[in-house]
Amino acid sequence: MNNKVISGPHLVATRRVNDIMRQVIIALAPSAAFGVFLFGWPALYLLVITICSALAFEACCLRLKGVVATPHLRDGSAIVTGLLVAMTLPPWAPWWIAVTGAAIAIILGKHVYGGLGQNLFNPAMLARVALLISFPIEMTTWINVTPLFTGPGILDSLNLTFSGLDNADGITGATTLGMVKTGFSQNQFLPDSLNHYSGFLAFIGWERGSLGETSTLLLLIGGFGLLRKGIIKWHIPASLLATVFVLSSVFHLVNSARYLSPWVELNSGALMLVAFFIATDYVTSPNTALGELLFGMGCGILIFVIRAWGGYPEGTGFAILLMNAITPLIDHYIRPRIYGRYRDGKPLDISPQ
Amino acid sequence: MLAFLENPRLRGGIHAEEHKQLTTDKTIIKDFPLPKKLYIPVQQHVGKPAEPIVKVGERVYKGQLLAYSQGTISAPIHAPTSGKIIDVKDFPAPHPSVLPVRTVILESDGQEEWLQKHPAIDPFSLNPEEICTKVGEAGVVGLGGAVFPSAVKLNLGRKNQIHTLLINAGECEPYLTCDDRLMQEHAEEIVTGIRIMLHGMGAPKALVGIEDNKPEAFLAMQNASKAFPHISIEKVPTRYPMGWDRQMLRYLTGLEIPADGRATDIGVVVHNVATARAVYQAICLGQPLISRIVTVSGGAVAHPANLEIPIGTLISEVLAFCGADKAKIQRLVMGGPMMGDALPHAEVPVVKACNGILALSSQEIEEPSTKACIRCSSCVTVCPVGLLPLEMVSRIRVNQLDAAVDLGLKDCINCGSCSYICPSNIPLVHYFKFASGELVKRQQAEHKSEQTNRLINDRNQRMERIRLEAEAEAQKAQEARAARLAQQAAAQAAKESA
Ligand code: SF4
Ligand code: SF4
Repeated sequence: MNNKVISGPHLVATRRVNDIMRQVIIALAPSAAFGVFLFGWPALYLLVITICSALAFEACCLRLKGVVATPHLRDGSAIVTGLLVAMTLPPWAPWWIAVTGAAIAIILGKHVYGGLGQNLFNPAMLARVALLISFPIEMTTWINVTPLFTGPGILDSLNLTFSGLDNADGITGATTLGMVKTGFSQNQFLPDSLNHYSGFLAFIGWERGSLGETSTLLLLIGGFGLLRKGIIKWHIPASLLATVFVLSSVFHLVNSARYLSPWVELNSGALMLVAFFIATDYVTSPNTALGELLFGMGCGILIFVIRAWGGYPEGTGFAILLMNAITPLIDHYIRPRIYGRYRDGKPLDISPQ
Repeated sequence: MLAFLENPRLRGGIHAEEHKQLTTDKTIIKDFPLPKKLYIPVQQHVGKPAEPIVKVGERVYKGQLLAYSQGTISAPIHAPTSGKIIDVKDFPAPHPSVLPVRTVILESDGQEEWLQKHPAIDPFSLNPEEICTKVGEAGVVGLGGAVFPSAVKLNLGRKNQIHTLLINAGECEPYLTCDDRLMQEHAEEIVTGIRIMLHGMGAPKALVGIEDNKPEAFLAMQNASKAFPHISIEKVPTRYPMGWDRQMLRYLTGLEIPADGRATDIGVVVHNVATARAVYQAICLGQPLISRIVTVSGGAVAHPANLEIPIGTLISEVLAFCGADKAKIQRLVMGGPMMGDALPHAEVPVVKACNGILALSSQEIEEPSTKACIRCSSCVTVCPVGLLPLEMVSRIRVNQLDAAVDLGLKDCINCGSCSYICPSNIPLVHYFKFASGELVKRQQAEHKSEQTNRLINDRNQRMERIRLEAEAEAQKAQEARAARLAQQAAAQAAKESA
């Protein structure tokens, strides 16, 4: 019999950190797989390189800290980070973008702060924004849809990933948001930029974009899966999407030549990925339901503002990082009300009924 | 403004795996074989220990007073059977520390000879004060595990304006079914007990809260209370810790007990359902609290059961009766698995607080390997009190106990929901208990240093006084000398001028 004195509870729930990470990977899988299908072998290589280097950097950091790496690697958090980084990269990005991205995410995004659970910023978003600022060309070279087996073959793709993309012009173009931004800079109004836009294709993801962001449909499926399993709560995605929806509706109604319709906004860029998989990141989002609603709302406002008036076509990365920075503040001010007390912590008045 | 975010009636909580099917359809076993020796601690309630009045060698009857209650919060202890007192000494109590407490050891004679047969009385002919007194004399305490002397609560209720008696029949702890069975088999007695309690407090109505995973108990109670419209049987959701009376109270009435107040402050008194039956037995049968119903369950037990067990029976004997496999017991728990205490061994007696004995096997107990907190905030979501467990732990880890107190450490009820849910397996409750212990220690140390300081102060003052007195004395002496000298000088001068 056990002779230690142990405090309760003597039962624990069966969900562990690695179960959570596994569920997240499963929820991301359809969208990632679709990205591979949509953009061919180079996308697959990119995915593999990012995940492997994320694991490698994680192992190195853990070793430097002097802990045995294997059990920590098994918790799956590095795989999730790697996967998310890959999903936000242009699908034919060269290998060194992938490795640098993984390095930024794991080393700067996570271990500099002390490892799992300690970081202030979402590692994947940090990597994306850092890459975007450092390597703007590579990070905005969008490949046309080239479904698997119609593009370069297995070996050609290897060459492409490891020695870079030449003669890119023929097969690249801008994303919807990029097109619109460029259109504005040339004093073009929306209808011209959106000549070839198909809402349906955007919804299923048949368009240019990052590896895993294009399909609103598949990301929604994954996101709802996480909601159903209770891995994430509804507060952040709902308030984020609702905020973007409301803001874009209002502005679109006022000036439909200048502002995108809510339908285009919701279908574009990393919005769905961010709403369900990035903004909901446990570590960098608030702890309370009200805090989460505010956080989602803040993200939504910033995304809309950057997209509508900022210098970049896509605003999700910056918006998330800014809100991450505010999270501790939100957590400081927004706390649950304690039973039997007012919000300010004073006991309820005693008033016999 | 913020209220819409919180369900005002139900907050937090978990849905733990129940394991109740092991015992829920088994009739209470009443013929538990009388043990040879019973070990009856004099402290089985919150408050002052009772004072033994029996001598070694004395023969006692079943139900005879062994130890009387002392002070305002206390309860007497009675003989669970007839026999001979063979010792009154310190003996390990069922507590994680198994600290010895004063224990009356009774050797049974197998006669089960009652002290006296009480004449049947109509409980409603007694006045409220008499009811409270009789309940107190019968040693009835809260049988949900909190063991607060019931008479004290009834008296509090009698003196305050009580509008509701809340009967807690939540039994939200996994594995436990003793209350469930009790309601199924003795609903009438419980309802009578409730009516007596209402009468004893002059309260107009009673609410009985039963979790909706006990439909049969609910039906039985409903049938038994049909004739009494002022007793209403209510379904509450199955969500741990619904048995926390404040949670149930809020769910059923929307009322919230102020943080530094008691239920009576808002006109409510809460009793456990098993306590209601004990009140019935005390008043209608004149029978003191000498046995209780215990759920014996867990993976290491061959025949899980609900048993009526005489107080003082060794847990090892109970386990043997239920066919527990010693080799398979990974952890022995008194109470439920969420808030119960792990016992280091089974050679301790069943006491009034003991509603469950769980012999958990290694399949049921996971030896947790703790990981880093991933800030998933599950612990925040499940906390029924509205605390921030992860924040409190991060403060406690760096020994900032005051910061943890600011976050509400003292409001924590140690319900364990947060530890249960934590995907990183962080023993949150363990930290909270540790921190509370440290706070108590610190308070005691402060008290001590305060006392020392006072002593030092006193001494300094005394020294100062002595010094001042000495100075004054010296001053006086000097003045006297000066006066003398002046006198002499004057005399001299007078002599010279003469
Ligand atoms: S449940 Fe555990 S891992 Fe999640 S926030 Fe709380 S302490 Fe951290
Ligand atoms: S043990 Fe304390 S902090 Fe944890 S859930 Fe229960 S009341 Fe909240």
